Amino acid sequence: MSNSRENILQRLRRGRPELPAATGEIQIDSLAWDLEQRINTFCDRMASVKAEVHMVTEGDWPTKLRELAADRQLSNLLYAPKGPLAAEIESAWTENDSCTKLITREESVDEWKQELFYQVDGAVTSVRSGIAEVGTLILWPTREEPRTFSLVPPVHFAVLKAENLHHTFADAMEVEQWRQGMPTNVVLISGPSKSADIEQTLAYGVHGPTELVVLLVR
Amino acid sequence: MQQKVEFEQRVHKALSDSQLRQNFRSTMDGLMAKRSQAFPDKERLEKLRLQGAQIRANALLKLPELLEQLEERCTANGIRVHWAETVEQANQAVLKIMQDHNATNLIKGKSMVSEEMELNHFLEQHGIEVLESDLGEFIVQLAGEPPSHIVAPAIHKSRQDIARLFQEKFPDIPYSEDVETLTRSARDILRRKFYEASIGLSGVNFAVAETGTICLVENEGNGRMCTTIPDVHIAVTGIEKVVEKLSDIPPLMELLPRSATGQHITTYFNMITSPRKEGEKDGPREVHLVLLDNGRSSIYEDPELMESLRCIRCGACMNHCPVYARIGGHAYGTTIPGPIGSVIEPQKLGLDRFGVLPTASTLCGACGEACPVRIPLPKLLNRLRFEQVRDDPPDNTMGKGSQRSIRESLVWNLWSWANTHPALYRLGCLFLTRLRGLVPKQLGVWTRVRKAPAIAPKTLHELAREMGIEDE
Repeated sequence: MSNSRENILQRLRRGRPELPAATGEIQIDSLAWDLEQRINTFCDRMASVKAEVHMVTEGDWPTKLRELAADRQLSNLLYAPKGPLAAEIESAWTENDSCTKLITREESVDEWKQELFYQVDGAVTSVRSGIAEVGTLILWPTREEPRTFSLVPPVHFAVLKAENLHHTFADAMEVEQWRQGMPTNVVLISGPSKSADIEQTLAYGVHGPTELVVLLVR
Repeated sequence: MQQKVEFEQRVHKALSDSQLRQNFRSTMDGLMAKRSQAFPDKERLEKLRLQGAQIRANALLKLPELLEQLEERCTANGIRVHWAETVEQANQAVLKIMQDHNATNLIKGKSMVSEEMELNHFLEQHGIEVLESDLGEFIVQLAGEPPSHIVAPAIHKSRQDIARLFQEKFPDIPYSEDVETLTRSARDILRRKFYEASIGLSGVNFAVAETGTICLVENEGNGRMCTTIPDVHIAVTGIEKVVEKLSDIPPLMELLPRSATGQHITTYFNMITSPRKEGEKDGPREVHLVLLDNGRSSIYEDPELMESLRCIRCGACMNHCPVYARIGGHAYGTTIPGPIGSVIEPQKLGLDRFGVLPTASTLCGACGEACPVRIPLPKLLNRLRFEQVRDDPPDNTMGKGSQRSIRESLVWNLWSWANTHPALYRLGCLFLTRLRGLVPKQLGVWTRVRKAPAIAPKTLHELAREMGIEDE
């Protein structure tokens, strides 16, 4: 194997065509958008891919979450016990009885994989930031909030603070200084999972969530 | 073996299949319209294409250094890097990982490199069950066929074809021709497979040298499943997929989904930088990256042909190709069809075998105009036409000069001789115009569906002289 490495690199070095290096990077400037424009475009884009967006406030999003889960008659809702949303979610569920049971697991997913795959109806996660231009959530999973929460359950609720909406993908990377250190996984999510592999006809809900519900906190 | 006859047979078959032609025509029209709508500002599009081309060209110029940097960063992050010069070595690398884990099945996300490797076939020969999880790939795997489009693999099939296929393979599921129902059935079947899988395999859309990050573009979530649920993730990629910096990704992502399907962004963009870290509750414990050469380093040696390595596999060139839209992907007989396939594949497989592919083009230029990284496809197709008839001793690696025929070269020699001897040329023209009545009505294949061309009574030179245009 190490021979293959040397052979490939050697061939590339020997064969490298003599071409001038490109001069000057091409930059494409975009006008800066204010918060209102970012929110409006984000909502339009999300709607165009069948994601639901609800405008909420710091105070009322947990109640809204409970209502939305109940509307869908979800029997349970998964959340991360040590995640950034835990305290507020828990307090919303103690106030009232809800038909949706709140569930949480601290163990590694391997230990309750069957439950995750076959018994969890929905999950709620935090969102690091968003991209307004294309209507995208940026999830940066952590030890506290695992990757599979936004992937396996059929309904994904995502809580995003509007102030964290960037204009473009490039802005998000630049402002948040991603190059300083990438985590195990970053995932950009733009709508529920979908496919057009049969006759180019869009069908939602393939292998990821069937529904994406965004709570946009102002 | 020369593929010309086989190619012509496949083309003939495809052209006589009205259902197939209808499927391709409507899909390609739809994809072209969606792409155009996704780039409303054409000036911005041209700037973006310049930027995309520059990013990819820069990466290729620094390719050996970037591959070393990628390896170093990946290794530091805990991703194991494997180098493969040939398809055989890449297959062996995957097999070895499977055997190390005593794994008997593999679940796959969409990967054109694994198609190039014929990985499924190879692993099945070694007793390993391989399952495609991308809906389109799942369908063509059930049908025992290769993909017919790099982005939409089952596009040659109608919903009725797929409904019948599902009924045959899964008799327990009620028959349905409804797209949503068919999709849900596939979801249910594959969910169990994801749950059980111990090893997942994916392709790579971009590999970032700066951070050692593997990027994957997808809509269905099967790519995330394959790279998150199983304990081991194997990513396979061609060595040309590397880019230098993280900041190279947003411009390429502005181009790729819009060029491919007219989407502003795909549902998921998955960036993987390491296996599961201490304390993390999910994700694979091992991540492997297989870097495959398979002829790419030879393409790299030619300053013109290397431009084809900029490709980001969006499929826009095939969507815009009048030939592809009529004959479909299977007719090409190679992993990658369409204009980019006709440039890359003969270079890998030899012009002696696949020299016919660059001739399957009208050189209309649509592919070159649609390409998001400005690969000059018509120029490269023309170059390969030249390479295969040039006056060199046939060359084993690429098949240079292998399609040269004595008759054709004699005709062209005569042509150039006549054109460099004005008296002879004028005499020839005089003959042709005065004896034009003698052109036969039947001219072989040409006149089967067309009229024989009529020669004009006067040459262009004569007409020009009559109009008083000076012959300077």
